[in-house]
Amino acid sequence: MNFILGIIIALIGVAGVILIPWIGVGAFDMRILFGIVVPYAAMATFFVGIIVRVIGWARSPVPFRIPTTAGQQWSFPWIKPNRIDNPRSTGGVIVRMLFEVLTFRSLFRNTRLEYRSAEGGPKIDYEWEKWLWLAALAFHYSFLVIFLRHFRFFTEPIPGFVHLLESLDGFLQLGVLPVSGLGVPSVYVTDMLLLLALLYLFVRRIYISQVRYVSLPADYFPLLLILALGTTGVLMRYFIRVDITAVKTLALGLFKLSPKAPEGIGVIFYIHLFVLSVLVAYFPFSKLMHFMGVFLSPTRNLSNNSRMVRHVNPWNYPVKVHTYEAYEDEFREHMIEAGLPVEKMPEKPAEQEGESSEGEEKE
Amino acid sequence: MYDGWKIIVGLIVCLAFFTFPFFYDAGKAAKAPEPVLTPKAKEAKECVAPGAYMKRYHMQLLEDWRNTAVRGGERYYDTGNPTWHLRVMDKIADATASAGERLYKSVERKVYYKSLQVTCMDCHSNKSKFCDQCHNYMGIAPYCWECHIEPEEKK
Repeated sequence: MNFILGIIIALIGVAGVILIPWIGVGAFDMRILFGIVVPYAAMATFFVGIIVRVIGWARSPVPFRIPTTAGQQWSFPWIKPNRIDNPRSTGGVIVRMLFEVLTFRSLFRNTRLEYRSAEGGPKIDYEWEKWLWLAALAFHYSFLVIFLRHFRFFTEPIPGFVHLLESLDGFLQLGVLPVSGLGVPSVYVTDMLLLLALLYLFVRRIYISQVRYVSLPADYFPLLLILALGTTGVLMRYFIRVDITAVKTLALGLFKLSPKAPEGIGVIFYIHLFVLSVLVAYFPFSKLMHFMGVFLSPTRNLSNNSRMVRHVNPWNYPVKVHTYEAYEDEFREHMIEAGLPVEKMPEKPAEQEGESSEGEEKE
Repeated sequence: MYDGWKIIVGLIVCLAFFTFPFFYDAGKAAKAPEPVLTPKAKEAKECVAPGAYMKRYHMQLLEDWRNTAVRGGERYYDTGNPTWHLRVMDKIADATASAGERLYKSVERKVYYKSLQVTCMDCHSNKSKFCDQCHNYMGIAPYCWECHIEPEEKK
């Protein structure tokens, strides 16, 4: 697919996601629908969806060990094994998975293939390329911190870790713009990091021709959707503020199962909430499922013990075998008759035959 | 299922993480804050800017006051000539407000002395029942009181 078409399709999708609540709440005041019904429906889709998908994955057999062996395998005592990159035990796998999930180690190994001409001929270079890893790390951790910071809306009383995160995150005590009146509330580092990382990931997708070639609307859509989520959030915090006590009343109502949609919050909040709802409901159907899939990647979570443990293919059905012994038992007489060699001579009746035939031959 | 119990434990941990707000203090009904106006504030009827604006943007107005008063030496605020911020937000509020309903009504023209302690806290002398109500509810610790002195409250 042409990448411009892909971006346009994704953009139309995101524009629709923004316009629907804008019109719905702005023009028709459908607060119950966008403040209560849609979030609940999205949450239900999310939870049911991820359970169905994960169970579906769990049902597929993993017959053999296929870990990527990125280090020396355990073998002889005088050869130093790499216990993490070529794990032989569960402990090694756990450490490997921790590195993978928390630090995105396989992205860290990313290299860029480059051709250059040296000494009159073409040469291949594998270039150091850490920007994807860096942006991915910045994005995911910012998203996590932002999600956890939002617990000040979800919980009452607010747990201590939220205050800790807020104070660390806002430690710059800078306003969003160096303009009088916009010096408060102070900027959260993660807000800016998230938007910058997303922009980088989006530009990277378009800029690198190979990545552009493999990109589909399903790649642009979540990126733009999260960008819209972050942008509405930043707008709502610094520029178009809303009545946050009413927002908290709404959020707490949802979580305490006594939903309310208070008046006078502001349309931007409903846009933010609807974008989030769509994102959450979209999760189980999209590439975003990698947040569960990373734990189930067989190239990471299997120990390399193929040479120590016998792995039987679980879908091996019992094969009906016909051994040579059984074959010979069945056809022995015919075989002897035809003069074919047999392994086991028949005892009684064959003996007579054998005597006579052998005797005849000898004579 | 293959490795079923490991996957199910992982799923449960994940779901517990995401549904944490449902279970956190599930029994208690959360009480929305009710900031109380002092008799003096009630009598005045109007703040330095429209109430709906103050509810959302008071920190930005106060910051503007701080900058213009401390750095620019402008100690008086004319409500007929509002901050650029109020004017812009007024326009944005117009654009995004619910259908047919204008969020802010402009206040009566009056000149105020720009001061948190002398002007704001004169009317809103009940910090614990006014400011702190929402700030505690939202877990906000404004740094106003790192320099300013909190008004003494009569009990």
